[in-house]
Amino acid sequence: MMLQETPVLSVRGLTVRYGDGCPQCASHLEKNRCTSCGAVWAANDVSLDVYPGEVLGIVGESGSGKSTLMQSLYFDLEPTAGTAYLQNYGAGKKSIWEASAAEKRHIKNTIMGMVYQNPIRGLRMDYSAASNIAEKIIAAGSRNAGQMTERAKELLEAVEILTSRMSEAPKNFSGGMQQRVQISKALANNPALLLLDEVTTGLDLSVQAKVLDLIRKIKAKYGISILLVSHDLAVIRMLADRTIVMLDGKIIESGLTDQILEDPQHAYTQQLVHSLL
Amino acid sequence: MMDKYNYAFLDEGSKREIRRSVLKAVAIPGYQVPFGSRELPIGRGWGTGGIQLTLSLIGPEDTLKVIDQGSDESVNAVNIKKFVKMCTGVPCTTRTQEATIIQTRHRIPEVPMTNGQILVLQVPLPEPLRIVEPQEAVTKKMHAESDYAPIWLQLYESLIKYGKVTISAEYPCLVEDRYIMNPSPIPKFDNSKLHDAECLYLFGAGREKKIYAIPPHTKVVSLAFDDVPFEKESFRGKKCRLCGSTDTYLDEIFDSATGERYYQCSDTSYCKEVRSK
Repeated sequence: MMLQETPVLSVRGLTVRYGDGCPQCASHLEKNRCTSCGAVWAANDVSLDVYPGEVLGIVGESGSGKSTLMQSLYFDLEPTAGTAYLQNYGAGKKSIWEASAAEKRHIKNTIMGMVYQNPIRGLRMDYSAASNIAEKIIAAGSRNAGQMTERAKELLEAVEILTSRMSEAPKNFSGGMQQRVQISKALANNPALLLLDEVTTGLDLSVQAKVLDLIRKIKAKYGISILLVSHDLAVIRMLADRTIVMLDGKIIESGLTDQILEDPQHAYTQQLVHSLL
Repeated sequence: MMDKYNYAFLDEGSKREIRRSVLKAVAIPGYQVPFGSRELPIGRGWGTGGIQLTLSLIGPEDTLKVIDQGSDESVNAVNIKKFVKMCTGVPCTTRTQEATIIQTRHRIPEVPMTNGQILVLQVPLPEPLRIVEPQEAVTKKMHAESDYAPIWLQLYESLIKYGKVTISAEYPCLVEDRYIMNPSPIPKFDNSKLHDAECLYLFGAGREKKIYAIPPHTKVVSLAFDDVPFEKESFRGKKCRLCGSTDTYLDEIFDSATGERYYQCSDTSYCKEVRSK
């Protein structure tokens, strides 16, 4: 059913390699490191599609390449090889990694939204919550302060932060609130795709539940596509429609979330699911 | 050993290099041109950028005026005048109309400048983006890509916190729809004098090694949101206690003996002239 639609995001053959690599790399990989030349293949030929309105979960242990994938998509690091097409950029014909600096900024501000595990990366901690949201709107080209304030109010209300605190700096907020401000900032320009990188890691359980609930509401309200990285299977089970399992920089298994969790095929996935459930 | 300094202190090679930078600055209004800031018998940060511009442009036919915070008689202004006079012998004046080169700090004279006059401004911090980005390599890129969102954010933050833009001096402006420029620490009262002016404005930052310019009849717009117009300082209901002017930039003076507050023109030579009429 979903396959007939055009994907919002389509990644093909993403590779991020540290070191020059050598002809032996293909056969001499130990985990993600080549025993012959020492090159590290942080992401190795990763391909995936995100369809409109779906949540695609990515699970894997530390060092499996989850964050490498996310950071490549948000231009925080430059991939060694691969292409990524966004439906809303260049009519889906030009890879986002070939974009100019200004185009990349446009993509980051209007087509994608990113929520980092650590809010310090996504927020200006010394600027007010409203300014953090306004920054995105300014970057998209608006010069109307009243509209920015209206939008900031609307978004902060949507993430259940009192508008009376909108002129306060996020450094004074609790961890859960900071994460919610970050989500509202990512939504400022109605992006088509939201990247969530371990958004609930490090938050206590009740706050985690609140943030997860919020993401579910946002998905229902805005119909936005979400790429969700987590090592927490409970989060994946709750939110993701489809799931991809990564290990040592490669995708080892993918399918519907229920299928992956109930009937894992790969030995690593089986181990992962059983260690938790 | 040299028993006599070169005309205008700097050697001819240095003066030529500085003039070349000036030409480039005039050709690209608002762009900060790097130059090799020379050693002078005063410390950097004391107006050495302005002095180097004055020295490399001055010739026997020139008449010099130097002002500091609007005053012709302040220690800094008097000493700069003495120094330039010593090494060039040019006549000095306090009358704006008579001067061909005016070196200034913090003010643009009240008397409108005319074609053929040069206003040399001493600049402590030429980079308008420095408050939002500490690295020079990054600010250069931001200028190149017209990535000015952070500076607008600065204005918005001020609006959301205090209900108005609180920047009173060094108010950023957009030059010829291209570069955002720091007009040096002049009060925003003087910003409008930069737009479509008759004279040439030169800005010199000795410590930061930058020269920039606003040639005559250049478009200079002070940054403002669509719905929050730019406002300069208002002295409504106040007048100069000496000359009675109501349309000039007024200094507020507090008399601790009587507890009285009064106002007088910051431009002392203008004030004197009004009184003598």
